[in-house]
Amino acid sequence: MTISSESIDLHAVKSALKKEQNKILWRQIMTNGSLFVGFVIIAFLILVALFGPLLMKHDPNTMDVLKRFAAPSADHWFGTDNLGRDVLARVIYGTRISMGIGVAVAIIASMSGLIVGIYSSYYKWLDHLLMRLSDGIMAFPGLLLALALMAALGGQASNVVIAVSIVATPYIARVVRSEALALKEQTFVEATRALGASDSRIIWQHIAPNTLSSLIVQATFIFAEAIIVEAALSFLGAGIPPPAPSWGNILSDGKTYIYKAWWMTFFPGMTITLAIIGLNLFGDGLRDLLDPHVSKAKK
Amino acid sequence: MKTYLLKRLLSAIPVLFIVSTIVFLILQMTPGDPALVILGQEATLEEVEDLRQQLKLDRPIYEQYFNWLFNALRGDLGESYFMNDSVLEAILSHLGPTISLGILAEIIAIALAIPLGILAARRKGTLTDQSVMTFSLLGMSIPNFLLSLFLILVFSVFWRLLPVAGYKPLGAGLWEHLKYLLLPAFALGTAHAALIARMTRSAMLEVLNANYIKTARAKGVKEKWVIYKHALRNAFLPILTVIGQSFLGLMGGTAIVETIFAIPGIGQLIVNGVMRRDYAIVQGAVLYVTFAFVFINLAVDMLYGIVNPQVRLDNKK
Repeated sequence: MTISSESIDLHAVKSALKKEQNKILWRQIMTNGSLFVGFVIIAFLILVALFGPLLMKHDPNTMDVLKRFAAPSADHWFGTDNLGRDVLARVIYGTRISMGIGVAVAIIASMSGLIVGIYSSYYKWLDHLLMRLSDGIMAFPGLLLALALMAALGGQASNVVIAVSIVATPYIARVVRSEALALKEQTFVEATRALGASDSRIIWQHIAPNTLSSLIVQATFIFAEAIIVEAALSFLGAGIPPPAPSWGNILSDGKTYIYKAWWMTFFPGMTITLAIIGLNLFGDGLRDLLDPHVSKAKK
Repeated sequence: MKTYLLKRLLSAIPVLFIVSTIVFLILQMTPGDPALVILGQEATLEEVEDLRQQLKLDRPIYEQYFNWLFNALRGDLGESYFMNDSVLEAILSHLGPTISLGILAEIIAIALAIPLGILAARRKGTLTDQSVMTFSLLGMSIPNFLLSLFLILVFSVFWRLLPVAGYKPLGAGLWEHLKYLLLPAFALGTAHAALIARMTRSAMLEVLNANYIKTARAKGVKEKWVIYKHALRNAFLPILTVIGQSFLGLMGGTAIVETIFAIPGIGQLIVNGVMRRDYAIVQGAVLYVTFAFVFINLAVDMLYGIVNPQVRLDNKK
């Protein structure tokens, strides 16, 4: 018996299958507690970053000397700072800056880490060179390296992204490399090579897509790390120059007046903590979802 | 054992070389002339040029680098432009506060983490376990500079129990010394406590299911004895590794925590060095930190043998 292509609508089967897969994925997301909570927190912060500034009645940089150090009230939910600026407005604008830097670093470090990791897994001579370099970068504290890079590059948002991406790249490269080293020995790669595929075709069409799940998980943690390093750099005066309301800058002002206005430290501090917890939970959940072996081993 | 030690020390050489090269190149990229920074804007062009010659800043970059490298190999890390002192002296004079802070932070981390990790493992799946895990997630999520600020808010601003910043050496009395170090050490130690607690929990869970533990229990050995003598000793290897690895994070943390609490340690020395382009100090201190990191990792490896005689390095076949 033969089945004609008319008797089964392949398109319909495919879309039904896809729907079923989506349903399973959605169920997994909903039942994975940390992934769900992390997702809700990050989605909330992204919405705040995108639409928060449009809804604010106060400008983050408008000074009001008569309202300096005003405690939290109905008009100023998070109080005002030493120049009478609304702390809530600054924190919301800061969300845009700090989350933006986090996303940019996660993307750039993931791309460069993927390239470095995958090529060093494939070419031995390159591996020695690149891995020794990453050993060197990883051998001293990331914050200090970022600080030195910022001193060289100058305080600017784009330079913060470059400095933190340089610090983060080896961590992604290591994960990709170890994953790619195992993949390289798999039979499907050998088969592709036997069929005469070029190195770059094997690397980018067969190995790279299979490292993506670990890469995405690692990128989430780098996102969180980037937010921390940016805040620390700005806090030390080496990050985004004031008066731009990055979370680190707001905290730096807060530290100066910590005796006078606790709200200048407390609210931005809690926002950063919320973002980091959200990203860590999301990363943990994602790892459980994408890499069940690791999560099983952990338990 | 000796061969192993020698091998490990030799393997540190390329890392130190790469680190020193990276730091040297980054500092060379830094805009601004150190001679001008030292003399100030009012200095004449001649004075600046004289100082540049004196500091050998007029030589080609590679010559400056190799000069520095050869001197460093002989233990001479150069002179600090700003501190009127040799770099080695500056590092040594800033070492005390960092060592005190590091030791106290590590003591706090271990004292908190190991009992909590054991508790969580023994009560796996209960509310206690979940609470410990939630606290450890919180501990890992709050960056240490933020925790420092929260601790200052609570203990110095609201309750006024501890000083907001500053440092007193051990010579001023133990309590005076600790009073200034407690908050920064707690801020530094918490993240490590969280990491060590997680590792203790998972290592203990693995060991507690082993047959020899069941046998010990069946023989009627007291539970305390089973946990601390039989289980913890065998679960200690991975915990020790995490403790060793956390040192690098601790050094990174000291940079910002020492700045917040105005502690005159190595971290603050590096931050100030970067800010005022004191090349020699940054190079020397970063090299020192990397060196210390390599040695501490080596010391941790040596400790493996003491904790678990099965992995004694000279017994390796």
